[in-house]
Amino acid sequence: MRDTVDPTPTDWNSRAMQKRIRARYRAEKRFKFYGLFAVLLSAGFLAFLLVTMISNGARGFTQTQIAVPVNFAASDLFLESSSLEGDGAAQALAGADFEGLVEEAAREAYGADGEDLVSPAAWLKVREAVSDDPELLNGEQTFWLQASTALDFASRGEVKGRQAQRPERQAMMARYERLEDADRVRRSLSQNFLVNSDSSDPTQIGIWGALKGSLLTMIVTLAIAFPIGVLSAVYLEEYAPRNRWTDMIEVSINNLAAVPSIIFGLLGLAVFLNTFHLPRSAPIVGGLTLALMTMPVIVIAGRNAIKSVPPSIRDAAYGVGASPVQVLSHHVLPLSLPGILTGTIIGMSRALGETAPLLLIGMRAFVVEPPDGFTDPATVLPVQIFLWSDELDPGFVEKTSAAIITLLAFLLAMNAIAIWLRNRYEQRW
Amino acid sequence: MTQTALTQIAEKRNAVEVDTPKMTARNVDVFYGAAQAIDDVSIDIGMENVTAFIGPSGCGKSTFLRCLNRMNDTIPIARVTGDIRLDGKDVYDSSMDVVQLRARVGMVFQKPNPFPKSIFENVAYGARIHGLASSKAEMDEIVERSLKRAGLWDEVKDRLPDSGTALSGGQQQRLCIARAIAVDPEVILMDEPCSALDPIATAKIEELIHELRGRYAIVIVTHNMQQAARVSQRTAFFHLGTLVEYGDTSELFTNPHEERTKDYITGRYG
Repeated sequence: MRDTVDPTPTDWNSRAMQKRIRARYRAEKRFKFYGLFAVLLSAGFLAFLLVTMISNGARGFTQTQIAVPVNFAASDLFLESSSLEGDGAAQALAGADFEGLVEEAAREAYGADGEDLVSPAAWLKVREAVSDDPELLNGEQTFWLQASTALDFASRGEVKGRQAQRPERQAMMARYERLEDADRVRRSLSQNFLVNSDSSDPTQIGIWGALKGSLLTMIVTLAIAFPIGVLSAVYLEEYAPRNRWTDMIEVSINNLAAVPSIIFGLLGLAVFLNTFHLPRSAPIVGGLTLALMTMPVIVIAGRNAIKSVPPSIRDAAYGVGASPVQVLSHHVLPLSLPGILTGTIIGMSRALGETAPLLLIGMRAFVVEPPDGFTDPATVLPVQIFLWSDELDPGFVEKTSAAIITLLAFLLAMNAIAIWLRNRYEQRW
Repeated sequence: MTQTALTQIAEKRNAVEVDTPKMTARNVDVFYGAAQAIDDVSIDIGMENVTAFIGPSGCGKSTFLRCLNRMNDTIPIARVTGDIRLDGKDVYDSSMDVVQLRARVGMVFQKPNPFPKSIFENVAYGARIHGLASSKAEMDEIVERSLKRAGLWDEVKDRLPDSGTALSGGQQQRLCIARAIAVDPEVILMDEPCSALDPIATAKIEELIHELRGRYAIVIVTHNMQQAARVSQRTAFFHLGTLVEYGDTSELFTNPHEERTKDYITGRYG
């Protein structure tokens, strides 16, 4: 008895089948296109960002200089080259009115408002030159001095914005053009930007203070977060018993990684400043606060990396009589190091760009001196950018962009080191 | 208890013993959590012999093998009871150093698992952590001797700094054997060492086992009954966590006492 009928054999060439195949190919193509579109879009955004930053910021690394002939011999400086030798030199220099000298020289060269063309701090350069070579006092010398903000701004030519429409600026632009034709002004690489720190005068500001502050803060963050993060990951993955407590710790760590960074700032304020009375605005406090933020990221990445070491490698090591610590330090850690480093890069990059928690622990202070140590008042690059972007003086605009370029360069350098380390330790099996 | 039952027990006792036991196991039970994987196994491992453990999948032969050098310690839920001795000394005793035990009772695994390091480093690793070589020359000698005994020296002597994972599967497995030999063990446990290898590589490993016999007590777990018949002198048949029969290989394959053994070796199940 047969109660089943043979089904008709599948027609692989039927119209419906062909249609299905075509639809499948179309879907494939569409999907590929979506991916390509997403990649191109993000590449476009990135390119736009970089082009804007670099075109704005490149000027931040340069400065406008104006030629000022200074006639020392005819001046009333009351300073002899002979008095600049020996012990009294510093005192003699300090007592001389270089500021007045430079203002007088500018007036002489460019008319009654000549001093407005020169940066108020430009005389420092003249004093330095005299200190280096006292013989200058006997003659006349032309200095390329830093131009004032107004002249520097005029050198940018036509720009949009309310500031640009003001008649003073129009006049200054005309003047700049005349000076340029007479070869009395030039643009040169700024000696100040990379070595100076914050200042209220945009022609004098520099990034060094913030850069050093960031560097010190990152050292503290790395020194705290990396060992604690890796050791926590190792303990949780290799030694911790599986019970309610470790489950709770695991959930807490995962949540910590997602906590908004400003909360960590409040925590740092409450714990490090108010309870432990650590110095305000110091890289050590900033570093500790950022370490709290970075640690969970390193723990999570570390645990995943340790988990992904094949059990056969552990078996092999145990099988020749390695102790658990030897298995860990000879095999598991070296093999998971690339993954741990990847997590560390992500965490540290985030920490480097972090502003909010540092504002709360006082790192938004106006710090003129670069920090000498971990407990000196300091600011960091992103906070410095935030502060400068808030300034009204138009001279800060290009300096802000230049600071952003510096921050990006710092970030790239940091990542490059980490990637180099990761590739060095990468093992394949 | 009847007289016959007593004799049967006596016979069974006799059967598990060998003349020169290197390792002895008595009444061993293994639990994974609540599940019992090994039920009351008693067996002797002879010094002069290659001992084969055969049986269908999941019968506990690998689990039992891993008890002999306490590799089950690395599994948190595993629990071992009973008495396992190496040269008369209880391996589960607190005075037994598990690191030294695993050096004395080496292990070769089912899947070749060389470290992702150089060939030299693979062999030298065990000797190094146990401090067996006091100089570079001595270490070179240990590596050369171990690779020679594992029959791999001629193939790799010019490429010792190359990665161990770059070798072929069969070479990798012989490298793992060399690695186990390098720490100068007394017993070598092999957990299906040929299951991932092709017939030619398998033949080489079997040949190697022949050569190593006598120097080391060897226990090999295998799925392959022909392999057990070829390489071993004693064979133990495991089924559902119990030791069903243990005897001379020739005897067990030609004239099995137990019905289940007969069914298995004739291919009725497994």
